[in-house]
Amino acid sequence: MSSDTALLEVEELGRDFGPRRAVTGVGLTVRRGEVLGLLGLNGAGKTTTLRMICGTLAPTHGSIRINGHDLLEQPAQARQALGYLPEIPPLTQDTTVREFLQFAAMLRRVPGGSQPEAIARALDRCGLEDVADRLIRHLSKGYQQRVGIAQAIVHEPALVVLDEPTVGLDPRQVVDIRGLIGSLRKAHAVIFSSHILPEVQALCDRVVILHDGRQVYTGTPVDDETEVRFLLRFGNAPEVPALEVLPAVLSARRLDDERFELVLRDERAGLDGVLSAALENGWQLRELGRRRRTLEQVFLSLTAGEAAA
Amino acid sequence: MMAFRLARRELALICRGPAFWVLLALIQAFAAWWFLLLLEQYRSHYQPLVVRVNSPMGVNDLVVLPFFGSVLLLGALLLGAAMLAMRLLADERRSGGLQLLLSSPISMTQLALGKYLAALVCLALLALPWMLLPWTLAFGAELDTARLLSACLGVLMLVAVLAAIALFASSITAQPATAAALTVAIGIAFMGLNAGVEVVAGGDDALADYLAMLSHYEPLVQGLIRSSDLIYFLLLAVAFVGFTIRQLDSLRTQR
Repeated sequence: MSSDTALLEVEELGRDFGPRRAVTGVGLTVRRGEVLGLLGLNGAGKTTTLRMICGTLAPTHGSIRINGHDLLEQPAQARQALGYLPEIPPLTQDTTVREFLQFAAMLRRVPGGSQPEAIARALDRCGLEDVADRLIRHLSKGYQQRVGIAQAIVHEPALVVLDEPTVGLDPRQVVDIRGLIGSLRKAHAVIFSSHILPEVQALCDRVVILHDGRQVYTGTPVDDETEVRFLLRFGNAPEVPALEVLPAVLSARRLDDERFELVLRDERAGLDGVLSAALENGWQLRELGRRRRTLEQVFLSLTAGEAAA
Repeated sequence: MMAFRLARRELALICRGPAFWVLLALIQAFAAWWFLLLLEQYRSHYQPLVVRVNSPMGVNDLVVLPFFGSVLLLGALLLGAAMLAMRLLADERRSGGLQLLLSSPISMTQLALGKYLAALVCLALLALPWMLLPWTLAFGAELDTARLLSACLGVLMLVAVLAAIALFASSITAQPATAAALTVAIGIAFMGLNAGVEVVAGGDDALADYLAMLSHYEPLVQGLIRSSDLIYFLLLAVAFVGFTIRQLDSLRTQR
C-alpha cells in the first residue's frame, strides 16, 4: 500500500441528538504516517466525532471509510482496521496487563497463533514489559493510559484513534505519551483529540478545529506566516492616516493611546519607511516588535467569533 | 466461537471476585440448613405418621418436594442473578469497557450470547449445592431418581430465565445497583404473578397463571415434565436475550 493512501475518509459527517445538532458537515482525510489533531473546546463535538468514526455511535448522515471499507456496509472489516482509545480507558481493573491485551487481541480477531507475538510487540512499543504481569488497578494513571494505547495497537490497525490521551496525566507522563504517539505515526495513521494547543502543535501534521459541532479550520498546526504584523509604541503618537500612507504599509490600527499594529506588505521596505518617518516627525519610537498570528490566536478568534455569532 | 470466548473470559472474571464465592458459600449453608431441618422434621414427625397410616408417601414427597419448593432457593437464585446483573453489562457501561466492545469487530448478538452463557453457567454453579444435596438421601432411603432429575431440570429452567432477566436488566442501565434492583423486581414479578393477581382480583386468572414462572416450575418439581412448560421457560429466556440485543443495538443509535 502506498504511503499516500487515505486510511480514513470521512465525508459530510453529522449527528443529531434529538433536536440538537451535535456535529455537522465534518470531513476528514488521514493518510498513513500522518497524525491529525482534532482541536476544540470541551463540548465542541470531538468525542462525538471520534465515536462515530469508531462505530460506537451511528452517524445521522455522512459516510466513513476506514482503510477502504465503509463502516456501515462492511462494519467487521472496517472495525478490524481500527484501534480506539476512548476518553475513559476501557480497562478491566482486575486483570493483569498481559491478560487484558490477550482479551483485546481476541476481540480484534488476531489469530490465536500470532497473539503472543502481537502482545509482546504491543508491550514493547508501549514500554510495558516490566509491568506486564501486574494487575491494572495497581498501575499509575500514566501506565494505565499506556495500556489503553497498547490495546488500541495490539492488532496493528491501519488507523489509531485516541480520544484526549493525555488528560489527567502529570507533565512527565504527558511527555512520555506524546513520545509514544509520535512513534505510532511510522506504521499507522493517527487521529487524536485534545483541547491543549501545544500538544497538537508538537505532534500533528494537520489540525482540524471543531467548534459547536462544525469544522471551522483545517490546516497545518504551524503559526500563520502569511502576514507580517508589527507592534509599535510611540512616545508622541501620530494619527492613523499618517501611518497608512507610509510605503509598504497595508493597514494600521490603533490599539491604545501609544500603541499601533501595522500590517506590512514587505518587511524590509515597510520597516525602513516607518523608522525614517518616526525620526523625521519626532514620533519618539519606544518599542517595535513582531506579532505572529499563532495557532492559538486562530483558535481563539475562531471559537470566540463563532460563539458570539 | 466468539460468544464462547467472551463467555469464558467473563466467567473467569466472575470467579476471580469474592462475591461469587461468598454467595456460593451462603447458598451451600442455606441448603444444608434447610435440608437438615426438613430431614429432622421428617424423622421426628412424619415418619411415625406415615408408618401408622400406611401411607405411600416417603422422603421423596416430604423432604425432596418441599426442599425444591423452598422460598430460600428462589431467594438465593434471585440474589445470584442480582449479583450478575451488577456486572455483566452495567459495569462495562460504567467503566467504559462497552466502548471497546462496540468498536470491535463483534456483533451485538455475539456479545449478548457470550454474556448470557457466562451468566447461565455462573448461576447454574450457584444452584449446584441445592441440586446435589438431595442425592445424599440415597445412602439411607430409596430415591425417586427420575423425579429428582425432573426437579433439577426445573431449577435449571429457573436459572435460564433468571440469567436472561439479569442480562436484560444489566443492559438498560449503567448503574449496577439499579440493575440489581431491576433484576429482583422483574424476577419476583414473573415468579409470583398469579399470586399477586389473585390477591388483587380475588380469584384465579388463567393468563396470570400461564405467565407466572412458579406455575410452570411446580409440575417439574413434582416430576411432571411437560413440553409446554419447557417451551415457556425457553421462550422467556430467548425473549429477554432478544431484548438485550435490541437494547445494545440502540446504544449506537441513541437519540
